[in-house]
Amino acid sequence: MASPCLHRYALLVAACTLCLVVAGALVTSNEAGLSVPDWPLSYGKLMPEMTGGILYEHGHRMVATTVGVLTIILAIWLWRADQRPWMRRLGWGALAAVVAQGILGGMTVIFLLPKPVSISHACLAQLFFSTTVAIAVFTSPAWREGAPPVADTTGLRLLAFAVPGTLFLQVALGAAFRHKALALAPHVLGAVLATVVVLSASHQVLRRFPDHRPLRTSMLAVLAATMTQIFLGIAAFMARVATADAPQPMPVMVVWTVAHVAVGSLALASSIVFGIQVLRYVKPARVGYAIT
Amino acid sequence: MSKKFVLVILLVPVLFLAGCGGGTEAKKETSAAPAASAPAAVSADAGSITGKVAFSGAKPVIRSISMDATPACARQHSTPPKSEEVVLNSNGTLKNVFVWLKAGVPDREFPAPSSPVVLDQHTCVYQPHVIGVVIGQEIEIRNSDDTNHNVHPLPKINREWNESQAPKSDPKRKTFPREEVMIAVKCNVHPWMRSYIGVVRHPYFGITGDDGTFTIKDVPPGEYTVEAWHEKYGVMETKITVAPKESKTADFDFKG
Repeated sequence: MASPCLHRYALLVAACTLCLVVAGALVTSNEAGLSVPDWPLSYGKLMPEMTGGILYEHGHRMVATTVGVLTIILAIWLWRADQRPWMRRLGWGALAAVVAQGILGGMTVIFLLPKPVSISHACLAQLFFSTTVAIAVFTSPAWREGAPPVADTTGLRLLAFAVPGTLFLQVALGAAFRHKALALAPHVLGAVLATVVVLSASHQVLRRFPDHRPLRTSMLAVLAATMTQIFLGIAAFMARVATADAPQPMPVMVVWTVAHVAVGSLALASSIVFGIQVLRYVKPARVGYAIT
Repeated sequence: MSKKFVLVILLVPVLFLAGCGGGTEAKKETSAAPAASAPAAVSADAGSITGKVAFSGAKPVIRSISMDATPACARQHSTPPKSEEVVLNSNGTLKNVFVWLKAGVPDREFPAPSSPVVLDQHTCVYQPHVIGVVIGQEIEIRNSDDTNHNVHPLPKINREWNESQAPKSDPKRKTFPREEVMIAVKCNVHPWMRSYIGVVRHPYFGITGDDGTFTIKDVPPGEYTVEAWHEKYGVMETKITVAPKESKTADFDFKG
């Protein structure tokens, strides 16, 4: 089983990955995506002059490199210290994801931001962050201690897929809007759908299992992130409208938009953790099954 | 192996992996090659079109540019420079309007002028803000600043490219092979930097200056559609007939 040190290290990797998501959002919001026209080097160097958009683009690459190295260490640590075969595979899977993410990032530069690649880069970033959060959860003492199972009498296990599925769809629609592949309307409709699904799940879980810690905690995390995300989405949109005629990206728009992207990552990651907790603890109802 | 081939090979697993790719924007490849070739001699009957581009809308708020993120840019200005998206002249006219003969010009090849059009990156703005070239005519791109720029045209018909240009380095010489009005050019290092290039298959175009007027010279007799393009206010059209040796007037009035 995982050591406390490994758990703390997994938390560090997840925190650094969130910083990487923020760094990537800063690149897009500051329209700095192609301020460094070459890859993997920047202006043919390891460290170019950090001025204007180069600060955001090369800064993003530096954070990404750091996260890549941290992920290599995490994968090796899991392989050597964790006895669960699926955890070892998850560590290698995270490493594969961060490598794929680096290649996608390079493709966005070389091929001048093709929309499918840019959107895939944004989506995979969110999935990779969720993976690091999941690894942190799987290595935690709370996961090791566990909790009693509960019986599903109303199709609650479906929520394990509906909540993260809806939130991932919403993340993808947001990325498509941000990279000008779709209008705003699908993202707004996605927000309505995600809110309905999250509120419905919260109502069921918090009413039926108010004392079940893993379910309650993960559900509250999804609920809090989703409600915050609605507020941030409105703020980001209003800031974008208010600064539409500005000659350059304005700080008010950048701050709200980057916060919207970051909390979107937290919402998706918490929803995936919620789904995992539901699948772990909510068991299909059978005749004679004792409801706890 | 070409870039497009590599893109296709890499893209397939990528889309499966992320499952959220958007539609690829197909590049329109329209041929601008004229049906027949002929020397571009000026006809003895040629006339001209002059005009003025007025603005009668509500006076827009002209925003200042913050160059603080790049000290090499900021120190070249004693006060923050204004955005050139809309430049209102003192006589109520608009600067930087590209006026060209959109239709009616005979379908023949016009040789590109041998002299290049200069687009300079100076004081961290593109100078001039709007230029026009004939297909195949060279654009000489200079960097007169003490900082790196990257030059990134965003065409929809021609090929997109993105290249860095070191301070005071040798000029780049570029051409565009297809007609396109207009091509935005931006610098991703300095997001306020924006310029526009009109690429036309003939030499019949003009750009309004500090007095809001334009002149299109050596226009053969004929019926034409004249289009005026402005970065913020869009396009206006008018039809005009030029008789032999006639000087015609085509005025425009953007309402904002």
